[in-house]
Amino acid sequence: MRNLSVKILFVSILISIFAGCVQQAPTGNTTTPIPTASVPLELRLATTTSTCDTKLLDVLNKKFEETNNVKILTVCEGTGKAIATGELGAVDVVMVHAVDSELKAVANGSFINRSYMMYNYFVIIGPENDPAGIRNASNATEVFSKIASKQSAFISRGDSSGTHIMEKSIWKAANITPAGTWYQSNGKGMGDTIITADTKEGYTLSDRGTYLSMKDKIKLKILFESDQKYLFNPYHVMSANPVKFPNVKYDLAMKYIGYVLSPQGQDIIRNYGKDKYGEALFVPEEDAGDVTGP
Amino acid sequence: MSSIDFLFQGIIKAFELIFSLNPYIISITGVSIRVSGTATILATLTAIPLACGITFLNFKGKQALITLINTGMGLPSVFVGLFIFLMIVPAGPFGFLKMYYTQEAMILAQYILITPVICGISLAAIKAVPQPVIDTVYTLGGSRKDIVITMLREARFGLFTSVLAGLGRALAEVGAILIVGGNIAYTGSVGGIGEGLSYTRSLTTAITLETSKGEVSTSIALGIILISLVLSINILANFFQRME
Repeated sequence: MRNLSVKILFVSILISIFAGCVQQAPTGNTTTPIPTASVPLELRLATTTSTCDTKLLDVLNKKFEETNNVKILTVCEGTGKAIATGELGAVDVVMVHAVDSELKAVANGSFINRSYMMYNYFVIIGPENDPAGIRNASNATEVFSKIASKQSAFISRGDSSGTHIMEKSIWKAANITPAGTWYQSNGKGMGDTIITADTKEGYTLSDRGTYLSMKDKIKLKILFESDQKYLFNPYHVMSANPVKFPNVKYDLAMKYIGYVLSPQGQDIIRNYGKDKYGEALFVPEEDAGDVTGP
Repeated sequence: MSSIDFLFQGIIKAFELIFSLNPYIISITGVSIRVSGTATILATLTAIPLACGITFLNFKGKQALITLINTGMGLPSVFVGLFIFLMIVPAGPFGFLKMYYTQEAMILAQYILITPVICGISLAAIKAVPQPVIDTVYTLGGSRKDIVITMLREARFGLFTSVLAGLGRALAEVGAILIVGGNIAYTGSVGGIGEGLSYTRSLTTAITLETSKGEVSTSIALGIILISLVLSINILANFFQRME
């Protein structure tokens, strides 16, 4: 009999552990200080890995959440998947960087109000000894030609992200169909791809922000940059089309886009990264001047 | 830095994160336990009665069902995740449930993944009960009900192991919950460890994120927390079994 009661005790301990965890969820969420009594609205944002990995969104979104009693649920997954997620109606707003894919998704009616918010430049990184000799190339297509003719290792994102789409367009402009053991498709996010390139001492195309946020952990260096034609990297925000997806929070999405483009939002983008990396990671649309998005 | 350095740093960091009671770490650990624990409870409530039904009842298509369960034990988690995601997004047939990017969706995905595991191992455990035991109950004049109860009692260790195997698979799983849950943390922790709490980020999906950023020692630390969690559950289970 004693045996049985000990068993019951143990089972109830196990159950209470799980039950405790189940109950922890709502309290954990609601005890975070919310000045107003109302439950915060949730805004779903799908975005590219670069805005997450650089932690820009952790800073940019905070101000918006505080002033509007909103919780932003950010899904970080690369431009290709972020747009696909939006096309299934699962998010209210997307922040992406692949002009052609964006325009296609706007044309098929999934998104509206596409707005230019910021840009930076892609950089070509590689091992310091630069086996393909790309340092003194005059433009990005020449860099890619040199890498291909030397058959130096090149790690491609291979995931239909904004960076991967840009990479493919450079190969196309250079009239090269990359193939062979030197050209390796990684199928992962920017950070993963940089790490793979670092391990294999290969070249890769990266957005400047992600490279800067990782440069202390890797040996690869920026070997080529400032090709304004092929390495231009504009970011856009767009809202899901409420006509196609009646359940999306259109008003809130528009408020968010308005905030990102407002002087307040643009100022956060302008200064983000200066203290940590010695330079800003992104240039806000306000400062773009002649550098306008297509 | 050598890979051994990463390992040592990871171990040190794991202790730091655990003993500083970092709220973010606690919240992702909580999501792991809550999601996998709930999925295991629900899967057990389905799988063990199902295993009993298969063992003690005769019906048409029984062999096909067993084949289905055995196949289900090896379901690729990424596929299950993608399939469920496409079912529950607004453009899918169950979009009205608004389950996408929630812990409920993660529970559903793991439930589908581990129910066959628990059921398959339970079937084997019940089948392994020696025939003489059944014969003895029979000759002592036991009813059909007595035989069922005796067999389940004899198979209890195996049944218990099946539940632990299911929980283990659920806790270690990453492919499905990454897709259906979205690996979401609130602002402050979108890009990894920070002030924000987890919404649908578990220990395993957090490891994926930290590894992709090159934060290897953080990944190791999270891995150590996950392994400690599984280990303590098993120690508890072992203790529970020895009470017999």
